[in-house]
Amino acid sequence: MVGHASRRGRALQATDISRPEYFLKVVDCQLACPAHTPVPEYIRLIADGRYTDAYMINWKSNVFPGILGRTCDRPCEPACRRGRVEEEPVAICRLKRVAADNKSDISARLPKAAPKNGKKIACIGAGPASLTVARDLAPLGYEVHVYDADKKAGGMIRSQIPRFRLPEEVIDEEVGYITALGPVMHLERRIDSLKSLLKEGYDAIFVGTGAPRGRDLDLPGRKEAAANIHIGIDWLSNVSFEHTNKIGRRVIVLGGGNTAMDCCRTARRLGGEDVKVIVRSGFEEMKASPWEKEDAIGEDIPILNYLVPKAFIHEGGRLTGMTFEKVKAEKDAKGRRQLVPTGEPDQHFECDDVLVAVGQENAFPWIERDIGMAFDKWDMPVVHQETMQSTIPNVFFGGDAAFGPKNIIWAVAHGHSAAVSIDMFLNDQDIAVRPPPGVTVISQKMGIHEWSYDNDIANDRRYKVPHRDKAQSLKDVKAEVELGFDQGLGFKEAQRCLNCDVQTVFTAKVCIECDACVDICPMDCITFTDDGEEAELRTRLKAPALNLGQDLYVADGLPTGRVMVKDEDVCLHCGLCAERCPTGAWDMQKYLIDITQAGPKCRTR
Amino acid sequence: MTYIVKPKLHHPSLPKNDLGFTRRDYEGRISTLCAGCGHDSISAAIIQACWELSIQPHRLAKISGIGCSSKTPDYFLSQSHGFNSVHGRMPSVLTGANLANRDLIYLGVSGDGDSASIGLGQFAHSIRRGVNMSYIVENNGVYGLTKGQFSATSDKGSKSKKGVENTESGIDLVALALQLGATYVGRSFSGDKDQLVPLIKGAVSHHGPAFLDVISPCVAFNNHAGSTKSFDYVREHNEAVNRLDVILGRAPITTEYRPGELREVTQHDGSVLRLRKLHDDYDPTNRIAAANYLQERHAEGEIVTGLLFVDPDATDLHDRLGTTAQPLNQLGASDLTPGAQALAKINAGLR
Repeated sequence: MVGHASRRGRALQATDISRPEYFLKVVDCQLACPAHTPVPEYIRLIADGRYTDAYMINWKSNVFPGILGRTCDRPCEPACRRGRVEEEPVAICRLKRVAADNKSDISARLPKAAPKNGKKIACIGAGPASLTVARDLAPLGYEVHVYDADKKAGGMIRSQIPRFRLPEEVIDEEVGYITALGPVMHLERRIDSLKSLLKEGYDAIFVGTGAPRGRDLDLPGRKEAAANIHIGIDWLSNVSFEHTNKIGRRVIVLGGGNTAMDCCRTARRLGGEDVKVIVRSGFEEMKASPWEKEDAIGEDIPILNYLVPKAFIHEGGRLTGMTFEKVKAEKDAKGRRQLVPTGEPDQHFECDDVLVAVGQENAFPWIERDIGMAFDKWDMPVVHQETMQSTIPNVFFGGDAAFGPKNIIWAVAHGHSAAVSIDMFLNDQDIAVRPPPGVTVISQKMGIHEWSYDNDIANDRRYKVPHRDKAQSLKDVKAEVELGFDQGLGFKEAQRCLNCDVQTVFTAKVCIECDACVDICPMDCITFTDDGEEAELRTRLKAPALNLGQDLYVADGLPTGRVMVKDEDVCLHCGLCAERCPTGAWDMQKYLIDITQAGPKCRTR
Repeated sequence: MTYIVKPKLHHPSLPKNDLGFTRRDYEGRISTLCAGCGHDSISAAIIQACWELSIQPHRLAKISGIGCSSKTPDYFLSQSHGFNSVHGRMPSVLTGANLANRDLIYLGVSGDGDSASIGLGQFAHSIRRGVNMSYIVENNGVYGLTKGQFSATSDKGSKSKKGVENTESGIDLVALALQLGATYVGRSFSGDKDQLVPLIKGAVSHHGPAFLDVISPCVAFNNHAGSTKSFDYVREHNEAVNRLDVILGRAPITTEYRPGELREVTQHDGSVLRLRKLHDDYDPTNRIAAANYLQERHAEGEIVTGLLFVDPDATDLHDRLGTTAQPLNQLGASDLTPGAQALAKINAGLR
């Protein structure tokens, strides 16, 4: 023996790859997506020109592919493995739009309403969370009633997202797929008492009322200058519904979130020539997505930071400007970051209008406190993180109404969870025991060195989405700025995907330890070495495994008594290990992980 | 055979050597050898060794003959000079190149067919002439390209894939190299890079004829029970005499060794071969003892590996011939045609 046996630490448990969680974690994008959309699967279909198939995978998982393909917060992209092996992640979000833009008629693929099962569900609010519940439950035979105060369904998707980011046709289309499934839509009907709704005999109630209250800033001058101070989300909704069509020449937007970005860009289109965003903290700390900040800056909107609003300045009942205190970030004794005044004189900025986008909150004045629902110390209903159930067993929450403002994709994920809970609850299942995901494993081997996925890694850098000409964009609040990838660009961007769902699966008993996989691996992921404890093992791999967020795949049972250790962190899923393996000890297997939705699969007990 | 190009992407923490190159910069094209071939591991070891030594790729020439092993220079050091010569004639081409340009590093890559059969004479004479080179034989004991006949290095009594026994004696190239005057002789195994990489580094930095016999299992035709060059057989019978570190310049000793465990050999150019002894009584500077030890262990069925012999005061062909210090291709017209007077002087000296 070649002297391996010496340094034998306590053995690390061999990896159990039969647990769906193991390989789900390797598909970073899918894991990061709240709805766990199988991203690589639909990206491959886009590359293949099968846009309708790609759309349907999205539709099943995230319900609003066309809408999300333009507006999603994209938690998948910072997670994307491509971002760890080169500079930028795959443009997952905008590829979703490619599927939506290029699909053909999907009506034949939509679920058909099942015979009524006699159970009635009420969904309060017609935003993304409620519509997801309706979409999941209506085809199962539930009689779903959706209530909303607005004239049209869509919730914040319709009221708050500016049309230049999301055309109304797209909302109509995707909301329409759901209303066509037969839920009873009670529009322009505001629910103002949960107590009385509970008496109407619904078997379950879903609350998806969003976070409809924009936070205000109570500063000197607020009352006097009220005519020119607007709450961001209310103002956006007035623009969306065409109640507002102009704003002053000089506009200050307060706040650093995505709503602030929507406000400033909308203001630029309604007559704002000198529009600036002013934030309390640093530019880097802003909550807005980096690409939204980039788009705002691209429209000549400066973002000024470390300025805390102090007063609205007015003259004769008219707003003339605002003053700000200059601050800097410092660590206090406990190491917490704090904003402290720099001592410089206050800064004054002249303006005609101010848009306040400093956050929003959910509010439940319509839920009576004597109906048995528990509220926490912030006066928010107590909702279970996973089941979405409130303390009234048949009342469920989702979207921003559940845990405060998040985004559309979280609302969809909550909607799916709540629909599963409602379906289980009404079928006498224990909703605390969540249904496991469905896993389909398919070997990708087609021939000696042929795979049924494209394993040739594209070296291309991330492609930019073409934009409409800026001068033209700024003239029309309804002209969509992003033109989307065309099919050619969509193909090229899709080719950047690393197919992280095609897993490297190792069978120790046929391995002859020839090192072929170790030698070929472009990322130095694979090591054959003496067993040891994980922390120590991570230091003596072919390349150090420093990303503790990523697992080591460990297999024992080799002839020399060593273990095979694969660091999943930067694996390209190129399959070269399997191509150069003489015995088939490595195989490339697609693990399609499908989150179980409401329906027979979640009621198996 | 793999059809795709090995992706350019590499591990984010991939280190760079003194020249600013990563190991990946020393790679060649993707191998067309059978999946799992030991030769690919040797290529990987050569890449690792050249990267660690910070060799400027354009200062190295890789020269080979014919055979699976002789194809491999295509799979490493793409930026280096290469010459894929005639079957068994690598040593002559290498000798010629070395005489013409003594400044390059010469890496001769050959196999057991190329060096022990058709090129045995060439092998022998290049070693005995003392050409400054690293001569690596990728030894699988089988003619892989012609589908698995015994080669001249197959051990007597070993069996072919179909179960036929080899009745002829095998040639031990290490024993020959020792006898013929090689000044750096080692044996290793493609499946043990920890041992192989330092041996290659030592050979490349050695001034004189360095010979490495690397046992390299042929997964297609010689990796079965009954073979003496299979992964399993070599792992079971591997008898390493030492572990080598190659130190260029004088680095401090950082690892702790038991007394007598470490042996340092300082070569003529100041480079140090630091040997961790695995056998107390093995002396790698004693040619006769090395040859004896090799024979003894061979009789026991063991495969002796490690740095088997090194002559720290080795010289090469140029030293002995007293050739000009300048490579021939750099000599100017006045050096090459010194004129009638110089000729008259030479003629006078011969009278």
